[in-house]
Amino acid sequence: MISLQGVSVKYRLIKEKKRSFQAHLINYFKGKRIQIQVLWALRDISLNLNKGESLGIIGHNGAGKSTLLKVVSGVIKPAGGIVKVNGKIAPLIELSAGFDPELTGRENIYLNASILGFSRKEIDKKYDSVVEFSELRDFIDTPLKNYSSGMIARLGFSIATEVDPDILIIDEVLAVGDAWFKEKSKERILEFRKKGVTTLFVSHNMEEIKSLCSKVLWLEHGKIKMLGDPESVISEYGKEVIRFSEA
Amino acid sequence: MKNRSLEYYKDLIVVLTQKELKVKYKRSFLGYLWSIANPLALALVFFIAFKVVMRIPIENYTLFLITGLFPWQWFSNSVNGSPAVFVGNASLIKKVNFRREVLVIATVLNDMLHFILSIPVIVVFLFIYGMKPSLIWLAGIPVLLILQFIVVFGFSIAISSINLFFRDIERIVFIFTTLMFYLTPIIYSEDMIPHEFRNLILLNPLSTLMISWRNLFMNGTLNFPDIIPCFIYSAILAAIGYFIFRKLNWKFAEVL
Repeated sequence: MISLQGVSVKYRLIKEKKRSFQAHLINYFKGKRIQIQVLWALRDISLNLNKGESLGIIGHNGAGKSTLLKVVSGVIKPAGGIVKVNGKIAPLIELSAGFDPELTGRENIYLNASILGFSRKEIDKKYDSVVEFSELRDFIDTPLKNYSSGMIARLGFSIATEVDPDILIIDEVLAVGDAWFKEKSKERILEFRKKGVTTLFVSHNMEEIKSLCSKVLWLEHGKIKMLGDPESVISEYGKEVIRFSEA
Repeated sequence: MKNRSLEYYKDLIVVLTQKELKVKYKRSFLGYLWSIANPLALALVFFIAFKVVMRIPIENYTLFLITGLFPWQWFSNSVNGSPAVFVGNASLIKKVNFRREVLVIATVLNDMLHFILSIPVIVVFLFIYGMKPSLIWLAGIPVLLILQFIVVFGFSIAISSINLFFRDIERIVFIFTTLMFYLTPIIYSEDMIPHEFRNLILLNPLSTLMISWRNLFMNGTLNFPDIIPCFIYSAILAAIGYFIFRKLNWKFAEVL
C-alpha cells in the first residue's frame, strides 16, 4: 500500500530568506553567491505499510515527521529513493488550509472534499454523514469565521474520514477538539484500521500513539532511529527524553 | 493520484470558481455593481480627458471606450491578481497533492464571469446610442471568450509560478499591465496609430483581441483574418506559461 525505499529529501535553505530581485542583485555585485545550506530533511528512509496498518511517527521538532507525510501525500518529490503509494489519500490538513472563513460549513464541506479529490456526486452522497458525525448541523449554514477552532477541527476530521479514503494522514490535529470528540475520533480511527484503511499519524501524545498505532517510527535528524511495535519504541523514546533532560 | 477523472477536475474547478464568486459578493452588498463601477469610472475619466479636453475624433466615444475597457478589465484583474494565486494558497499546496493549475483556471474563470456579467451594461449603452446587439454575438462572444481565456491563462500561470521564486514579479506585473494598457488600442483606435508604429502595436497579442471585441460589440462583425493571429498568440502564450509552470511546479511546496 505504502512503500518507501531509500527515500531522501533535501531542502535548500537560502540564508537570505527574502526572495527579492534587489537582494539577488546586490549580492551579485558584492560577489556573494547566494549562500545555500543543504538540509537533509529525510535520509535513506525505507518502510512498508500494508493495508490496515497504522503508523505513528514520533521524534523531536524538525526531525522530519511532517516532511515524511508530505512525501507520502505526493506534495514534495524526494531527491532520491522510490515512493509507491496506492489508494486515495485524505490528509487531515491543518485548520485553515482548504477552508474559507467567509463560506458556510456546507460550502466548506464541498470545497474541502473537492480539493481532497472527490467529485460532486460523491460528496452529495456523503454530505449527511459528514454533518452527522461533526455534530454541527445547527451551524452548517453559518460562515466558518464564526466557528471555534474546535468546531473547525471537527468539520475537518469528519470530511477526511467520511469520504472513504484508503490512506488517512493525521498531523497533530486531534489536539484541538474537546475530550468528547477526541474519543469519538479515536474510535473512528480504530474502526478504520479494521476496515483496512492505512493511517499515518504524527503526534507528541504517546498515549494516543499507543492506543491508535500498530507500528511506531522514531525519526531523528531525518533518519530512522527506531521502527517497531509501539511499546518498545515508545519506551526507548521515553528513556531518551529522560536522558536528554538530565544531561 | 495522477489519474483522476475529468469529472472530478470539472467539479473542482466549479467549486473553486463558485468560492471566489461567493467570497467576493459576501463581503460587500454591492458586489456586482463594484465590478462594473471600476471600468465605468475609468471610461468617464478617459471621456473627459480625451473627448472633452483633447477632442479625440472618434464617434460614440463612450461606447468605444467601454467595449474595450470591459474585456481589458478581465485581463488586468486576472494578471494583476495572479501573483497571489499560489502564494495565497500556500497552506493547501504544502499539504494536499492536487493539480495546482486548477487554482489559476478558477481565478481566470471568475474574472471571465465578471466580464460576462458586464455585457448587459454594454447592451444598455448600445441602446442609448441607438444601436442593437447583433446575432453574430452568439458565435463571436464564445469564440473571443475562449481566445481571451487562453491568453489570460498563459500570462497568469507563468506569473503566478514565477512569483513563488521572485516575489518582485508582483510589482513588475502591475507596471507591465499599465504599460500594456496604453500600448493597446483601447482609448484610441488602431487607425490613429502612426504608420511606422502600427505593426508594432498590433504585434501586441492583446491588440487584436481588444479590437475584435470592439468590432463585435459595436459593429456586429467578427473578422476572421483578425482572429487568426489571436489563435496563434494564445496557443503560444498558453504553451509557454504552462511550460514554466510544469518546470517549477514540483518545487512549489519547498519554496512556499
